[in-house]
Amino acid sequence: MSAPAPEAARQAAPTLPMLLVLTGIAMLSGLLVVMVYQLTKPAIEANQLAAIEAAVFQVVPGAVSQSTYVVGKDSLTPYAKGMSGERVYAGYDKDGKLLGVAINAGAQGYAGMIYLLYGYDPACQCIRGIKVLKMVETPGLGDKILSNQDFLANFEALDAKLNADGTALANPIVTVKHGTKTDPWQIDAISGATISSNAVGKALDQAGQRLLPKIVPHLAILRDNPPKPEAEK
Amino acid sequence: MSRKPKTEITWDTFAEGLWRENPVFVMLLGMCPVLAVSNTAMNSLAMGLATTFVLLTSGALISILRNFIPKQVRIATYIVIIATFVTIVDYTIQAISLDLYNALGAFIQLIVVNCIILGRAEAFASKNTLARTVVNATGMGLGFTLALLCIGVVREVLGAGALFGIDLFGPSFEPWVVMILPPGGFIILGMWLLIFEYVRRSRADAAKSEEVKHAA
Repeated sequence: MSAPAPEAARQAAPTLPMLLVLTGIAMLSGLLVVMVYQLTKPAIEANQLAAIEAAVFQVVPGAVSQSTYVVGKDSLTPYAKGMSGERVYAGYDKDGKLLGVAINAGAQGYAGMIYLLYGYDPACQCIRGIKVLKMVETPGLGDKILSNQDFLANFEALDAKLNADGTALANPIVTVKHGTKTDPWQIDAISGATISSNAVGKALDQAGQRLLPKIVPHLAILRDNPPKPEAEK
Repeated sequence: MSRKPKTEITWDTFAEGLWRENPVFVMLLGMCPVLAVSNTAMNSLAMGLATTFVLLTSGALISILRNFIPKQVRIATYIVIIATFVTIVDYTIQAISLDLYNALGAFIQLIVVNCIILGRAEAFASKNTLARTVVNATGMGLGFTLALLCIGVVREVLGAGALFGIDLFGPSFEPWVVMILPPGGFIILGMWLLIFEYVRRSRADAAKSEEVKHAA
């Protein structure tokens, strides 16, 4: 400030106006924020739903509709607002036939967590596609997991069979060095992006080991409850 | 510069943010978002416009309330006001595009602590009329956006071979990856500062020699 107030005046500064101004401004702020929150809420929710749908349709080839389920201890329940628990997304074709289940996975990559969604196809007991939802891998190196055609070809039919007891994957999904893939449950790494490739493999393996044994016995629930045809939104 | 309250609005009120007091290239304020989200032209533009909105709205409100805000609590008041508008921007961007929101990451929320905004609130909005503040904040915001775009365009063209996501050079172009990474931000910022300073110096020199000529 250009002219410092005299010491006496500063001490005598009334407290009431300060309180009033701060309270008033805080209330005004609260009001504004709540208003904008209410206004933008439908649009934000629609965006989030569209993002999930787009991702599900990408990892479950051919799907045109989806419904969300929550994985319980020994069942799958349709997702309703406010439910907690891990969500999976069942994808259906236009006749309501179950095509696959999209499942979340995540693992530590090179620069941070890699979150992805993968599509499990019950017909071939394999993974049909992956979509990276969020990652901070190095541009030009680690982010090749998004675009490298050879790498993505791993997920056209990545074996994810359960073992005889149905408690775990028969063959753990592993990432192998570039060019040494021999088995259908192996992922051929991108050379130069080994850590990111490994992370994708680890994410799929962990999520597969943990969730598929819980989901596969209840696929009938998904199969028998195709989403009701909805009016065009 | 004399700081007695002025009421007249001149071209300079608007343009000082664009050139003479450009927040990025001259004042070097708010470097965190400048370096962090200027990796593509689109991110730069969105970040610039978001900052402009916050500058404009918080400046306007502070200017309206400037005679009621006691000096002792002014900083707290400014921050509450700024945070409110940042939250509004945050929701709005989420409603417009989730992809853009994810690309900008935490830097939207971090506009709260962008020193340009608090700096302008303290140095300008709290001392000037509403109209002057609005004009000046628009100039400052556009100056900031322009600076971000300058950096973002160069980084995207060199680092991704594209502009606003449109491929420019075709598949034979090998992207200069370092430009997308943080070091690229520093390099390009340095280059632009060099250019700005050079132009400023040569202008000042020209003005000086003009003066000398007149004196002689």
